Amino acid sequence: MALEKPYSDIPGTVIFDADQARKGYHLNQFCMSLMKADNRARFKRDERTYVDEWPMSEEQKQAVLARDFNRMIALGGNIYFLAKIFSTDGKSFQYTAATMTGMTQEDYAAMMLQGGRSPEGNRRVGETPAREGSDEEAQ
Amino acid sequence: MARITAGIATSHVPAIGAALDNGRSTEPYWKPLFAGYEFSKQWIARQKPDVIVLIYNDHASAFSLDIVPTFAIGCAASFQPADEGWGPRPVPVVEGHPELASHIAQSVIQQDFDLTIINRMDVDHGLTVPMSLLFGQPERWPVRVIPLAVNVVLFPPPSGRRCFELGKAIHRAVETFDDDLNVQVWGTGGMSHQLQGPRAGLINKEWDNRWLDRLIDDPDEVARIPHIEYLREAGSEGVELVMWLIMRGALHPEVRTVHRFYHVPASNTAVGHVILENIT
Repeated sequence: MALEKPYSDIPGTVIFDADQARKGYHLNQFCMSLMKADNRARFKRDERTYVDEWPMSEEQKQAVLARDFNRMIALGGNIYFLAKIFSTDGKSFQYTAATMTGMTQEDYAAMMLQGGRSPEGNRRVGETPAREGSDEEAQ
Repeated sequence: MARITAGIATSHVPAIGAALDNGRSTEPYWKPLFAGYEFSKQWIARQKPDVIVLIYNDHASAFSLDIVPTFAIGCAASFQPADEGWGPRPVPVVEGHPELASHIAQSVIQQDFDLTIINRMDVDHGLTVPMSLLFGQPERWPVRVIPLAVNVVLFPPPSGRRCFELGKAIHRAVETFDDDLNVQVWGTGGMSHQLQGPRAGLINKEWDNRWLDRLIDDPDEVARIPHIEYLREAGSEGVELVMWLIMRGALHPEVRTVHRFYHVPASNTAVGHVILENIT
């Protein structure tokens, strides 16, 4: 029997569970290798040669080379492992999070300063966005 | 006899460490955040704990996907700050307490919590950022630390209930250690945040604060919250909050709140911080 995944209807979210971890094992282990300064230097010198040393799928390699973090996550990457890639690039968590939302870093940072993304309308796929504060009133 | 006198909970956002390390803590963006820890720094200087059992999670630093322990206790004499991809943080080496750590391990395993024993481990921002927030930038940390790493990266993490019960087991373990030690238990991570995907940036101030109220006054109820509620309400990384329940379980049922602070944002994250003292 398949395991229950009550989290599969959360919008814009991939939960890094055992199935994702299995798919992404080599992708994530490649990321771990970037914790060593020598490996970071080698990766920067020739990214394609470096990723070819890892038994990742071509799709995973292309996602890495394109820095397509949503794609890497869909293919089994986990954000804390993928952080080694954007740290190697000298980019921050906030920069990378912004790219995943399709917002500019400026707009994303402004959203965070205004209190972040509201959970209203973001709890389940297909739910009707509620008016601000209506959740509070309902309780 | 060793005794647990207080618990601290705090977020452990890496950008906080970077702000401090790069001398940016007085900038307008960061100033209100560090101001929320001023009382705490003075309080802990008076408390002078001997040992902190520091509950945190490793972020793919010490543990790759080769080995993913659910609960791992650091029994080493020292722990180096990890190189997380931009070089190690310029913070002191973390000195452990191998005798108390081994005692806790033996005691809680006999209470049915099967901890993984770690004798060599680098510690990442999950552990060092809380240290910096409470102790600033000393040449040596003024306290010994027992790292207790909890898997919250590979789903599922341990349940809130399991974490709360582990805290109680740690309490019983510490109270049977013969040396006269002032021990604190810290729970770190959270509060609401999501770092990945199109829903990144999710913050739920109302939920965070209600959760914190109940953590203090009704932890039994909070321990029953299922993971799915954390994921929906507090974001995919908000589930880190289960670690605060280990801290709470290690304290008495009735505690005194001596400090509480909440701030949005630190980078992508809602920062929560609370100091709870055991009423003696």
